[in-house]
Amino acid sequence: MPDRGRGCDAEPLFVFPVARGPSAAAPGTDVVAPTSLGDAGTVSTETRGQAELRALLRGLPGVDRVGAEARAARLAARSVKAAAKARAVDLAISMVDLTTLEGADTPGRVRALCAKALRPDPGQPDVPSVAAVCVYPDLVGAAADALAGGGVGVASVATAFPAGRAPLAAKLADVGAALAAGATEIDMVIDRGAFLAGDYLKVHEEIRAVRAACGAAHLKVILETGELGTYDDVRRAAWLAMDAGADFVKTSTGKVAPAATPPVVLVLLEAVRDYRAATGRAVGVKAAGGIRTTKDALRYLVLAAETAGRDWLTPDRFRFGASALLNDLLMQRRTLATGVYSGPDRVAQD
Amino acid sequence: MDVFEYAPAPESRDAVRLRASYGLFVGGEFTGGGGAPFTTVEPATGEPLAEVATADAADVDRAVAAARAAQTAVWGPMPGRERAKYLFRIARILQERSRELAVLETIDNGKPIRESRDVDVPLAAAHFFYHAGWADKLGHAGFGPDPRPLGVAAQVIPWNFPLLMLAWKVAPALACGNTVVLKPAETTPLTALLFADVCRQADLPPGVVNIVTGGPGTGRALVAHDGVDKVAFTGSTEVGREIARTVAGTRKRLTLELGGKGANLVFADAALDEAVEGVVDGAFFNQGHVCCAGSRLLVQESIADEFVERVKARMATLRVGDPLDKNTDVGAVNSAAQLARVTDLAAAGEREGAERWSPPCALPEHGFWFAPTLFTGVAGAHRIAREEVFGPVLSVLTFRTPAEAVAKANDTSYGLSAGIWSEKGSRTLWVAERLRAGVVWANTFNRFDPAAPFGGYKESGHGREGGRHGLAAYLDV
Repeated sequence: MPDRGRGCDAEPLFVFPVARGPSAAAPGTDVVAPTSLGDAGTVSTETRGQAELRALLRGLPGVDRVGAEARAARLAARSVKAAAKARAVDLAISMVDLTTLEGADTPGRVRALCAKALRPDPGQPDVPSVAAVCVYPDLVGAAADALAGGGVGVASVATAFPAGRAPLAAKLADVGAALAAGATEIDMVIDRGAFLAGDYLKVHEEIRAVRAACGAAHLKVILETGELGTYDDVRRAAWLAMDAGADFVKTSTGKVAPAATPPVVLVLLEAVRDYRAATGRAVGVKAAGGIRTTKDALRYLVLAAETAGRDWLTPDRFRFGASALLNDLLMQRRTLATGVYSGPDRVAQD
Repeated sequence: MDVFEYAPAPESRDAVRLRASYGLFVGGEFTGGGGAPFTTVEPATGEPLAEVATADAADVDRAVAAARAAQTAVWGPMPGRERAKYLFRIARILQERSRELAVLETIDNGKPIRESRDVDVPLAAAHFFYHAGWADKLGHAGFGPDPRPLGVAAQVIPWNFPLLMLAWKVAPALACGNTVVLKPAETTPLTALLFADVCRQADLPPGVVNIVTGGPGTGRALVAHDGVDKVAFTGSTEVGREIARTVAGTRKRLTLELGGKGANLVFADAALDEAVEGVVDGAFFNQGHVCCAGSRLLVQESIADEFVERVKARMATLRVGDPLDKNTDVGAVNSAAQLARVTDLAAAGEREGAERWSPPCALPEHGFWFAPTLFTGVAGAHRIAREEVFGPVLSVLTFRTPAEAVAKANDTSYGLSAGIWSEKGSRTLWVAERLRAGVVWANTFNRFDPAAPFGGYKESGHGREGGRHGLAAYLDV
């Protein structure tokens, strides 16, 4: 066949004037032009007022539900095959936060999971390690011991996960305990009740307090989008979390359905893209809950590449919160390498 | 880290068996043509695909006679519920053979397989399903208890949606009891001829659907033929005028679906990400070869700079190239002639002072290609703001108030489509009432449904296709 074009797939280049930002269109928001969010690459340390936050969040452009879902569905039709698929599977493995968040979790269970995190498939030594292991705070010590020196992060849910219904002091104690036991990443939940009641300031201050407590640890803020109800509120919650200092915005706890969905992740990716354009700071996205298959994972990678840009395709900026996903990725990897589907008995069930 | 580059994912050409030459479909048989055969070319490569017969006046005569005989003896007298069975059968076969039809459409037309697979073929089947449902309910369509068909319909269709435009024309005509002689466009005859095979597979009585291929001469002979009761045309305003002159003073009924210069109106309170998506889709869907394309972007001045940056960023992610690749967003321009026209109008835009921009984009060396192009600083008097480009070219204009948006949107000799992007319902309704366009979309664009009538104001033509209103074009009412 004669030669054909490779296509206009150049990197999206956002060059918004910083003084305008995505809220420039809406009336009443010019008092909180994103220049006041702080200098490029740093987080604002100013305290915001309730009115200021409301103006910021309500000045964000809306999300049209039908259009957002259609866009996500269209990107789901992208075909990732052959060499591209092999690269994407390895990339996805390196983005997994291997998670166990059960009442029945034990140190033994966590150690087994950590072994798998370090060497996901002993039969394939070139499989990359996952990004992190994610556990409850009281099991952080077991995880930190098992993972020591392996380059895999220790993430802990904290702040009265999953409901977040506890006094701030208790939440901070939760965070402090996890950090003291060796957590390098904190996955906090926001107070959805306060957010839905319009008390954006309370949510903002809680995130700022946890941010301060985290020190050098990585902070992921769980929005629990399944409880927010609208994409408009998903976008607002993402901006609120980013403004308060989140390193990552995360869809879900995994305890509420629906958890991560492609349109929700699309809206989050648009938010981090616009936030970087306005402030210069890049925030990551973590899709968590309900992602079980390689096909699903690749669709999220396509969403990230075509929405936020290819520089989001790194474990520093995109993560999967999942447990079952890893085994499917490993099975697909074996299939790609050998041409034969090997079945679930070939991968560890931990 | 590896760059995330999609590997080529081409749809297989083996889905379709191309023949070296194709004939006319008259009276249920494939026959030769009296005129000199012509060659249809694959736009993506410029290579010839097949030789196709040209119908001369005698062939057109034969086709009209076959259609008349079938209408009088078989199709006209047949009860609606029996006609419906044939239409349902055709619809199902279109679905069953969808892959074959989609691949052939993409090869012959140049449009991406994603669109022929997800839009053209499913919608074509939907039109047959929808009109099959009407065939036995015409007495309840609001045209009296027993509306009669017109007789023989001459239908001339364009090259931008070859199979879909065939469905828009053939399905309602057949549902209402007419028989048809259809002339597909010279550059895209192949799916119509495959449709002829579908008709045979469905055991459609001979003569109910006849297909004559050829150039403008064939079209003229068909439209001017005495034995034709109805002329339906979709295509350029220029040819539409010629047809109107030919048909004037005869008994023939006429519907015309012609050009357009659709506007997308983006207000400052719009859902911006979805508006960007709709604007880009409105302008570059099917390489802009869409009569209702949103080829003018009217954006509120207070957000214009930011919005145009977002549109550019989205355009940079459009994947232009091999139409058979499942990841391609924008395919090839349909013909050398159309490429010359688009190139000429874009050059005129630059000469008149508008600023031209295209994303960095490697186009294939062979075939007919045009990079997605955006013009800013466009004034209402520029040619690119007034003439239908019918290619992947978007002109950006700005407005200050809703009243000015309406005035600018209506400042065109066409009136086919418009889109309104706003999160404020009352404003959307206020604007929609004032737009002189046959189709007004709100917070979406290029959305088609067989139940929704489609057609134009002013020089975009008259008559409606689809829905209950579309039936009027094929009934003696």
